Order: sequence, then structure tokens, then C-alpha cells
Amino acid sequence: MAEILKYQPDVIIEKEGFDDHFHEHHEGDKYQSNFLSTYLFSMDHKIIARQFLITGIFWAIVGAAMSLVFRMQLGFPEESMAWIKPLLGKWIEIDPDGVGTLSPDFYYALVTMHGTIIVFFVLTAGLSGTFSNFLIPLQLGARDMASPFLNMLSYWFFFLASVVMFISLFVSTGPFAGGWTAYPPLSALPQASSGSGAGMTLWVVSLVFFVVSVLLGGINYITTVLNLRTKGMSMWRMPLTIWAFFITAVIGLLSFPVLVSGFLMLTMDRALGTSFFLSDIYIAGQALDYAGGSPILYQHLFWFLGHPEVYIIILPAMGIVSEVMSVHARKPIFGYRAMVYSILAIAFLSFIVWAHHMFMAGVNPFISNFFVLFTLIIAVPSAVKVFNWIATLYKGNLRLNTPMLFAIGFVSMFISGGLTGIFLGNSAIDIVMHDNYFVVAHFHIVMGVAAFFGMFAGVYHWFPKMFGRFMNETIGKIHFWGTLIGAYAIFWPMHYMGMAGVPRRYYRFDVFDTFRHFDTMNKFITIAAILVFAVSLLFVINFFYSIYKGKKVEDQNPWQANTLEWSTPIHPVHGNWPGKIPSVHRWSYDYNKDEREYIPQYVPMTPEEAPENH
Amino acid sequence: MTALVILGIVALIFIVLFQIGKVTEIATGLKDESDAEERSNFNTGRWLVFFMIAFLIFCVGSAIYYKDWMLGYGPHSAASEHGQELDSLFNTTLLFTGIVFVATQIALFWFGYKYRGRRGNKASFISHNNALEIWWSVIPAIVMCGLVAKGLLAWNKTMADITEGEDYIEIEATGQQFGWLLRYPGPDGALGSRNYKLIDGVNVLGQDWMDEKNLDDIQPSEIVLPVGKKVRVRITSKDVLHNFYLPHFRVKMDAVPGIPTYFVFTPKETTEEYREKLRTSGNYDFPYDETDAESAPFWKMFEYELACSELCGKGHWSMRRVLKVVSQTEYDKWLSEQPSYYLSSIRNTDGDPHKGKLLNIEIKQRSAEFMNNFESAMAAENPEDKIVQLKYVTFQTGSATLTPESIYELTNLNNVLNDNPALRIELAGHTDNTGDAGANLELSQRRAEAVRSFLLDKGIIDARMTAQGYGQNRPIDTNDTDAGRKKNRRTEFKIIN
Repeated sequence: MAEILKYQPDVIIEKEGFDDHFHEHHEGDKYQSNFLSTYLFSMDHKIIARQFLITGIFWAIVGAAMSLVFRMQLGFPEESMAWIKPLLGKWIEIDPDGVGTLSPDFYYALVTMHGTIIVFFVLTAGLSGTFSNFLIPLQLGARDMASPFLNMLSYWFFFLASVVMFISLFVSTGPFAGGWTAYPPLSALPQASSGSGAGMTLWVVSLVFFVVSVLLGGINYITTVLNLRTKGMSMWRMPLTIWAFFITAVIGLLSFPVLVSGFLMLTMDRALGTSFFLSDIYIAGQALDYAGGSPILYQHLFWFLGHPEVYIIILPAMGIVSEVMSVHARKPIFGYRAMVYSILAIAFLSFIVWAHHMFMAGVNPFISNFFVLFTLIIAVPSAVKVFNWIATLYKGNLRLNTPMLFAIGFVSMFISGGLTGIFLGNSAIDIVMHDNYFVVAHFHIVMGVAAFFGMFAGVYHWFPKMFGRFMNETIGKIHFWGTLIGAYAIFWPMHYMGMAGVPRRYYRFDVFDTFRHFDTMNKFITIAAILVFAVSLLFVINFFYSIYKGKKVEDQNPWQANTLEWSTPIHPVHGNWPGKIPSVHRWSYDYNKDEREYIPQYVPMTPEEAPENH
Repeated sequence: MTALVILGIVALIFIVLFQIGKVTEIATGLKDESDAEERSNFNTGRWLVFFMIAFLIFCVGSAIYYKDWMLGYGPHSAASEHGQELDSLFNTTLLFTGIVFVATQIALFWFGYKYRGRRGNKASFISHNNALEIWWSVIPAIVMCGLVAKGLLAWNKTMADITEGEDYIEIEATGQQFGWLLRYPGPDGALGSRNYKLIDGVNVLGQDWMDEKNLDDIQPSEIVLPVGKKVRVRITSKDVLHNFYLPHFRVKMDAVPGIPTYFVFTPKETTEEYREKLRTSGNYDFPYDETDAESAPFWKMFEYELACSELCGKGHWSMRRVLKVVSQTEYDKWLSEQPSYYLSSIRNTDGDPHKGKLLNIEIKQRSAEFMNNFESAMAAENPEDKIVQLKYVTFQTGSATLTPESIYELTNLNNVLNDNPALRIELAGHTDNTGDAGANLELSQRRAEAVRSFLLDKGIIDARMTAQGYGQNRPIDTNDTDAGRKKNRRTEFKIIN
């Protein structure tokens, strides 16, 4: 390690910064006058970020625990589940011998809720909500979001969505059980599945609240990025985190409303007898009156959000990884502009590939030609990003600490899961692979595990900024290795099941001679899942323990990073900077550019320095 | 209790790990910080390389271990024509992605080790390299174009519908919660129309019986297909989404209520041939029933299977049907043995709009049956076997007046007499044992005569036919039951020469 170079941000900012007269209100801080307005109904983006994070952690535990229950069913279908009856009640049926069986209804409810919770509540709200809120103002040199009030509403709508979804877990007909995609007619007709009654109503209501939350947050992020950049912070000087959050918000703003329109039509079909998605149905001994609707239309509307949604999940993780990797490699991110352009390309393409989820749904096969082409083109910007990350490591001086390890793990996962996307995006291979375990392996690795890795990298990296303390590094490394090895142990074998044709969403495999050859593998996967859950709990313990007992941060800029959040006090005040806001003179990746090990963005250019060329 | 112990152990492990974490942290604080960091970087870097090696070995090793299941390597290569093309596309993709996978994973973890932070080291300021970036955008783009081209060629060929004038079989599969209903067109080669409002407990598909095409449709319990013949599966659903999935044939298509879909494919291997593949691979000798070591080996019991591959509710995992691929001869035989669903389950029930009326299809069927019986009687050696029953010749109760329906059967008889000018027959009437034996004898005689006079009217000469009433003297079944008596009341003819 070179001698640690120290800057004095307070001094530099006082001299070079921009005075926005923020602190000249002598009546005190009316936004944070009591406990309620400081910690609960806070309008401070840093508090809201932490609210998103902690709610996200809660849901991650719930969602992951659900996966353990259905993994038990898949790995050990003959074992009694009577022991979990105190928790699941009537959903465990006990036979006269005392052997408890998980009811298939609840199995499907668990699968559905696991998907909904992890995709929306953890990887959208927990990831994008946390870090967009936390980092956008801090890294842009803004006092707060453009509208702190909308920002607060954004969290509380998420909270409301959470409460409604949580209640739905306890209704007597069971939570919604028709898959996280909620395809009608299954989701529209209570006769088709008991979860499609009250459970589905609550599911839709919850997700509509959730979309409101995303839109309020998204408008805010976009406005803040466009309008509240500090002096000197041009778009091309923004850290890649901000680029990622910005584009994520744009995608969300354009795609989530389409989902709501789909939900609206679905609700009308459910409640008012319209036939948007229903036609020619005979169920439960009765021919229904619906005529002329198309279930495929719903799928179009759903995936018009659904596909961008996976980029809403992965782009923030990519941004975080780019930033974390650059800081800990002590090198600029390789190909900054290429990284930005690939984010833009991915975002654009994400809107014209949705029907690759529907190759086998009964759409005209001719249409698939376009979707195959656009889908496989996404591999190009994605590949560019991967090569750039690897090139960022090249000739670096890497600090192999937990955030960096998770960033490396992210790239490994993104490669593994991304490459299988090339199989699935090709409609001809999708004939074989659609809706089987190959798909499960693909998306769990590429947008589940990889996004979690990005999130962990972010949490370990910015924990000192969030709470003024470090997380325990040794536990962090145990967490990393456990998760990396465990996640591959869970999902890698699933590729083989997929190639053997085993369909996803099966309650048991022994009905079919073709699918029943993987007992050992299923047991292995279940055990691996339990272990990963255990190390994740270790993370949760480490997280909460470190908030109160972690090693204290003593240096304002503990990672010697260039971005502006590290120029705030160790415990940033409301308004982030106690005096002026910093003005920016350079991009955020001047690491080892000259004899200086790092040069924060607020440091003015010296006359000898070459003009920016990146 | 066990649960408590396990919980205790888990908690203990957590506490231990935590203490280790804390102690390590404190120990690090005591040492020279940058020294500790360098050592930690070295150790972690080494672990990255160990992991990379172990991971790649795990990937390759598991692929070899599971090679039977990898597309196109083991006995599970596709059993359909298009399927082999898809398998080959899969493997082309696997080749390219495999190279990228290994290269990037090695680079990633190796760089992690090689460029681990060391004291006095300085990272290089490399912000971009346009030439390199262009290369690594263009090369993936070219590979992608190749895969898209190969993929779309295979796709469009696979998904092409039947073209005019092609020889194919059309069958229908309908998904419902939770099972598949199968339908074959009967001898007319066309599936009849359906209306979901007509569905009830008996008319399970909502077939419109006024559509004559429906009357010969078959609803078998398994799919049987001839090898090498193109099949178009019409896929529909009664309630929610299902997916018609034949893993061995690489066939998959959603069943959508209200929107029929289709999939065209050609089975390439018979069930027997597939079993043979499994047998020779040597990996399928284990007993079919795990709990019974004596049961037949798995390969012998192998059947192609139809599954559902679109979540359709709580029984989604159980929608199994067997599919058999056989030779054309076996297929023809199987098909001819399948009863029409209408005739076997609907005919003359309350749900039959044609109740009481004779249908063309029945006339044809009866004629075929007659011809069949006639030909076997002609071929028979034993004079006893040279008797053909006129099964559908009936009389008004207690009289010798022919019912109008009898005309069809008698026309069949007339036709064979015309076609075989040398043929001589004896027409025989029989009754059951109810009533007076003398009266029965006389009635049977009059009935035989009635048939004879019908044929005389048609122009068959007198010398070729005799008429004989046997009364109740020659029963072919018991007279103690209704069914038996019904059989005994009959008209038949005997081939004299």
C-alpha cells in the first residue's frame, strides 16, 4: 500500500465549494424536529434509504425462508413436515401415521410468493430503493432529493404494499398461488385455484401500491439527477452508480404503468365480468360467459414490464459493482463511456425483447424472429460490460476485502447466468428449455444471485457511510465464500435437470419416468440452499450487530474513494454537507492517474494535469 | 427434541463464527494494518484461484457425469426430426459460450490473484482502449449473428405449419385441470367442430354432434403415432393455460383457452428403438420400481411421456399421458380398433340429437361389419362356421314385417349375392323359447320367407335361396336371460356353396 494520501474535504469545499445558502434558516431544521419526523416519517433520503434496506432485508428473509420450505418438499418429498405445522397450520396435512405433507396449494403459494417478494420487494425496492436514495444526492452533491416529500411517500407506499402482501399470506383461502407472473385465466378465476380468490385480490392491490412507490421514487431520481447535480458535475462526470440508477428509474417509469394497465384489466375481468383476457372457459362443471378475450394479451402487458424489470434489478447492481470495483482496484473503471453506452443500449433493447418470454405461448411464430434478434443483441453490450470489469482488475492493486469479493462474485455470476441467456434467447432452443429447470438456473444466477451480490457489495462498501461503522470483515468473508460456493451448488446442477427436460413448478417429480432421476441432486440442492440461508443469516446478524458494535469509522474517507459521499462528515447531517456543497472538477475515476493515489472529484485540476480524456 | 438440538447446534455454530470474526478483527487491529492487509489480500487471492480451479473442475466434471442428459450426447438425443436440429443448435451455442465462459472465469479470478494489493505497488491508470473495445464488441456481435441465423433457420422450419397437399395426421390434445383429453379424427380424417358451451360430463370436449365429422372421432387414452409420419397436434384448453410438452420430441406449446395452437413434428424413433438406445447405453438397467429389485429394468419399461409445462394449478405436476410410437402397420391396426367416442358413449343417450335415427356412419359401419363376417364365413372350412348373422335385420314384434332399418343389412346381402353369382344360401329364422313352440316355428318360417321375398323383389333368382324357420330349436345362447333371448331371436344365412 502506498502511503495513505489524505485530503481535507471540509477545507477544500469551504474554499472551492458552492454556497447554496442552505443552512441559513435560523429557525432550526423543521424537517427533523422530533423522533417521528427524524426516524419514521423522515424526508431525509439517507433515512429513507435505510428504511428501504431494512424492509428489504425483512422481505429477503421471508422470501428465502419460503424457498427453503418448498426446497424441502422437492429434496425430501417423503420426509414428514409435521414439525413446521405450528407455523403453516392447515397447509400441512397430517395423515393417521403422523406424517405431515405440504399441501400442493400452499406449495404453489410459496413458489409464487417467493418470486413476487424477491423480484419486487427485495431486488427492486431493497436494492434500487436503498442505493438510489442513498447515493443519488450524496454522489451528485445535492442536499437531498428533488422532492423529499414524494420520496417519503415512495417509501410509505412500499410499506403499505408490504403490509397488504403480508396480510395476504394469512387469508384462509391462501395467498395467491398462480406464479409470480399471474397469468390469467388461472389468476382470474377463484374456481381455478383457491389462491386466486382473496389472495389474488390482495396481491394485485399490494402490487399497485408498489408501482406507485416505484413511480414516485423514479420521478424523484430522474429529476434529481437531471436538476440537482452540483456545480461542475456534468452528466459525463457522474459515477456509473448514478448512471445506472438514473436509467433504471427511466425504465421503471416507462414500463411499470403498462403493468398496472394489465392489472386493471385483470381486475375488471375478475370483478366486473369483462373479457379482456378470458374466453371459452369451462371450469368446475360450468361454461363461463367470457368470450373473445385473449390470455396472451395479458402476457404481452406483463412482460412489457417484466422484461425491463430484470434490468431494473440488474442495472443498479451493475452500477454498484462498477463503482466498488474501481475503488478497490485503485484504478479507473475501464471504458467509462462504453459502460454508459452499454447501459443505454441495454435499457433501449430491454423494451423490444419482451416476447422472448412468450415464444411458446401461442403467439405467431413469425413475430419471434424479431425478438430473437433483439434479444441476442443484448449479449453485446452485456459482454462489453463483462470485459470492461475484467479489464478494470487488470494491473490493479486490488484490495480483496468483502465488497470487492462480492463485486468479483457478481461478475462471475453474471457471466455464468448471462451465457445461458444466449441459449434461451434463441427461440429454437427455447422450444426445449422453456419453463424448465434450465430457465430456473439461468434467471436465478443472472438476476437473483448476481443482483444479491451487487447488493451485498454495496452494503459492505457503503455501510461505513450509512452507519458510521464497519461490518465485521471476517464474517463478511465467510458470508461471501458460503454464498458463492453455495449459490453455484444450488443452481449449477439445475442446468442438467433442465437439459433432461424437467419442468419448473412441479410439486413432485415421481409421476413421470422422465423426470424422476434427480433425487440425489434435489437433496443436494436443498442442503446447499439451507447452508446459503444460514450464511445469509450470518450476514443479517453481522449487519445489525455492526450498526451498534461494529468498528467505528475514524476516517472521513475510509476507502480513499473519489466520489462525493466521502466528503461529507462521518455522520452526515440533514442536508449532507455542513457548509457549502462541493463543486466538481473531474470525473470520479482518477485513481493512480499521477503520483497521487486517488483524486476526489472535489479537488480542482492542477495546471499540469491533462484535460479529461476518458 | 431433535429440532431443538439442531437449533442449539446451529446457534452455537453462529456464536463460534461470530467470536472468530470478532477476535480476528481485534487481532488485525493490533498488527501493522497495511501488513495485515497485504497478507489478507494474498490469502484471499489464493482462495480465488483455488475456487476458480475447483469450480471449473466441478463444471466440466458434472457435465461428464450428466452427459446422458446433455442434449445430443447420451441416449436422450431427440426422438423427432426437428429435435435433432435443435440439439445441434444447442451444442453450437454451448461451444461458443463454453469458450467465453472458461476464458472469462479464468481471467476474472486469475486477475483477482495476480493483481492483489501489495505494499508499494501502484495500479496502472488504464481508462480505456478504443481498439480493444471495438474488437470485443464486434466479435461477440458476429458470433451472435451466426447464432441468430442458425437459430432462426431452425425455428422457422420447426414452426412451419402443414402446407397444402402434405401427407400428415392431425390429432388434438386438450388440457384441463388436471389431465389431457386426446382426440383423433376417425376414418373421415377430419376433426369435428367444438363449442365449449356444449361441454358436460359426457360430452367432455363440447363436440357438436350435428357436425358429422364429430361422429367418428376417437378419444383414446394414450397417443399412438406411426414412425416417420408428420403429425400436426392441435392444442387447446378447456379452462386455464396448459402446455403440451413432449420432452423426448422437443415439442412444447401452450394450450390457450379460446385460441387453438398447433405444433407439427415427425417422430423418428419408435418406442422400441428408444428402449434399445437406453439398453445399449447400459445406464438404465436399474429396476423400474425402486422398491422392488425384481421388477423389470427401467429401459424395458420406458415410455414416451406427455406432460404439462405451464403452471395450471395445484395438480400441474400430475398431467401425464403415455405416447407410443409404432410402425405404420401397428398404428393402422390400433386405429381401427379404437371405438368412435360418439358411438360408444353418446349414441342414443339423452345427449344424442340423433337419438332413434340411423346415421350414415352407422350404415357404413354395419356394412363393413357385414362384409367382414361374410368374408370370414366364405373362407371358413367347417360348414358350422359358414353361417352369417343378419344382425341388423329386425321385425315388428310378433310379426314377419321387416322394420325399415333392416333394408340396409338386406341391401348388403343383396350386394354380395350380386357380386357372387354362383353363391347359394339358406336363409334361417330363429326365435327364443317364450310362447308356444309351434307358433314360434311358424313365425320363424314366415320371417325367413319375408327376407327371401325381399331378395326376390331385388332380382335374386329363386333357385339360389331357400328359407327355413327353426323356431326355438337352435338357440346360440341361454334362454334364461333377456340378453340371451335377444341373441337367440335372429335371422341368419348359411352359405351352401
